[in-house]
Amino acid sequence: MSNQEFHVSFKNVQKSYDGKILVVKDLNLDIEKGKFVTMLGPSGSGKTTCLMMLAGFESATSGEILFNGKPINKIPPHKRGIGMVFQNYALFPHMSVGENLAFPLQVRKIAKPEVEVMVKNALDMVQMVDFIDRYPGQLSGGQKQRIALARALVFNPELVLMDEPLGALDKQLREQMQYEIKHIHERLGVSVVYVTHDQAEALTMSDQIAVFNDGIIQQLASPEDLYERPENSFIAQFIGENNQLRGVIEKIDKNIALVALEGGKKVSALMVDVKDIGENTILSIRPERVIIKPRASNSTDIDGKVLELIYLGDHIRCRMMVAGNDEFIVKMPNSSNHAQLKVGEEIGISWEKEDCRALKP
Amino acid sequence: MSEQLADNISLKKKLQKAERRKKIEALGLISPLFFVMLVFFFIPIALMLYRSIDNSQMPAALPQTADIIQQWSGEGLPDEATYAAIVGDMRIANEEKKLGMVGRRLNFDLVGYYSLLSKTGRKIDEIKGPPYKEALINFDKKWGDTRYWTVMERGLKDKTLLYLLAAMDLKYDENNKIVKVPEYEAIYISIISRTVYISISITILCLILGFPIAYYMANSPPRTRNLLMIILLLVFWTSLLVRTLSWILVLQNNGVVNNFLMFSGIINQPLELVFNRFGVYVAMTHVLLPFMVLPLYSVMRSIPADYVRAARSLGAKSITAFIRVYLPQTLPGIGAGALMVFIQALGYYITPALVGGPRDQMVSYFVAFFVNERVNWSMASSLGVVLLILTGSLYLMFGKKVNIANMKLG
Repeated sequence: MSNQEFHVSFKNVQKSYDGKILVVKDLNLDIEKGKFVTMLGPSGSGKTTCLMMLAGFESATSGEILFNGKPINKIPPHKRGIGMVFQNYALFPHMSVGENLAFPLQVRKIAKPEVEVMVKNALDMVQMVDFIDRYPGQLSGGQKQRIALARALVFNPELVLMDEPLGALDKQLREQMQYEIKHIHERLGVSVVYVTHDQAEALTMSDQIAVFNDGIIQQLASPEDLYERPENSFIAQFIGENNQLRGVIEKIDKNIALVALEGGKKVSALMVDVKDIGENTILSIRPERVIIKPRASNSTDIDGKVLELIYLGDHIRCRMMVAGNDEFIVKMPNSSNHAQLKVGEEIGISWEKEDCRALKP
Repeated sequence: MSEQLADNISLKKKLQKAERRKKIEALGLISPLFFVMLVFFFIPIALMLYRSIDNSQMPAALPQTADIIQQWSGEGLPDEATYAAIVGDMRIANEEKKLGMVGRRLNFDLVGYYSLLSKTGRKIDEIKGPPYKEALINFDKKWGDTRYWTVMERGLKDKTLLYLLAAMDLKYDENNKIVKVPEYEAIYISIISRTVYISISITILCLILGFPIAYYMANSPPRTRNLLMIILLLVFWTSLLVRTLSWILVLQNNGVVNNFLMFSGIINQPLELVFNRFGVYVAMTHVLLPFMVLPLYSVMRSIPADYVRAARSLGAKSITAFIRVYLPQTLPGIGAGALMVFIQALGYYITPALVGGPRDQMVSYFVAFFVNERVNWSMASSLGVVLLILTGSLYLMFGKKVNIANMKLG
């Protein structure tokens, strides 16, 4: 694909605030038009800085940012035409809801009757028409969130940036708003760049997720790929729950490695970013992919000792001691024929070798 | 329905009972301050203000005359009894050394009364009667002038508006009507309007100078912020007098500024920078600037950068974002700062007295003048009353424009 087809491109972008430490190191990211892309990462990973550079509030120390194929490094924020939803909503407290929404239209010198129609439509989209004369101080968190969303969309931008917009809401409201934002995105077809540190939110909403850590993108993939096929141990740890077992590669057969675990047991695993025999590796297995067996029956199966059972309704969490790791978690669905385990019991566990991924430590 | 109502009433009572302890505690906490304020602040101020209309020392000094003159119609001269009373009163007042005070106060209404009373008082034993009427008029024909008696009648009442009227350039004419004083005598209105004008100018100057400082402070890292704060508060580390005098050193004819300008060849002869309005503006702005900066700064600190960013991302130029989004949110700070500077400036005394010329003196200067030099407390407190009324009404007018409850003082 040529540059023209991407809506937004980061090209070798670096950012430093103090001239010593790079907050963003060599960022390359292409965003297709109409996609919902999430920047996910722990705090301090550089994701918000990237968003601020895209919005124009921070300048890139080096590298280029392209928007619709054109470099925007030197374009001031108000000429970029990018909508933005802020973490604390940033609704202007001295203006009513209607005035807040009319603001971007007034500064664009749009005629008054048209402004009214556009404001109504935007409020309609978030089901807040009745609140047009209220002031932000009179709204609840969820209502403010909707208004902030409507304000970022009212002037029909092609790209909307959202900086942890749901961070201040309670869990239930947050989930509801996730679906709502997702639906609005689908309906309007705008590109969305969304920043969050909540991986469940990222998985729910995104077409693509860019996982940030330490100033670089660790992996850019769809939610499914990210969860199912993490490319390195950071992603495996960061996205979802993961069991990790340390070992050394003994034998390689195409892309399957035989790994010797601590304690001498040998298991097969899919090689992801490891290459050589004798290399140290971390095996990563999702708790729900572990199969419980009465007793170890073949060579890739290993034994584990049940240390703790936690009943969670839809599933049972079992903490086990496996190959020297006493934090090994197995999730058993609460089906009618699930295994009946007791604390202290020794059982055999196994997994499909594709579910066990050998990663660089 | 009625049951519910009864329930509501008992609920209210329960609530009151539950809250009573808290209320008593709150009252207990504020009562010491309230007491101190009452005894050492509100009561003295009320007494001081009362002095502007209090005239009770006059009927006390001439009690018989004060009593009998009430029956005088105001037409023609009073009767013999009144003349007899005034001679008796003056004799006693002269012995008690009160006649000078009476003369001074009556002289304020009608020039010439002081000398008339002191002259008559000195030779009171020469006036033999009855009839006292003729004796007095023979002694000085002013005693036969109705104007003097009108002033006497007005001056022996318990309360008087004379001084309050004078503070507004008004007076009583011969027919006891309130009229404006002739233009050549009128000074107080122009002094008061000058005071207001200077105060407003200082407020505007402080706002113009203080707003950028406050903005810079609110948006700089803690180290810079602390340094600026110390520099700003440095003003308070020296006494007002020293600060003001140092401005004289800086601004006088052979002061730092003039020497520099002459040395660099910009001017040939020194500029008049002090002992005029310019000096007053410079010195007062310097002293009052922190009172503008501090409330502004505290309001600006509480405005997150996201508001301006949001405005910018919504398509506003930085100047539009500033005017439509940032500035309205600083209004409570501007209001508080302007009010603090303005009200303090209204009462400034020492600074204009030292660095101003004769035409730059403000109301407080004249208050001090009447207290220290003329010993005319009535006039001093009348000027105070006028100033207070003026400040109060400006505050109320201002309060309607900017919601005062919204203001943040520091």
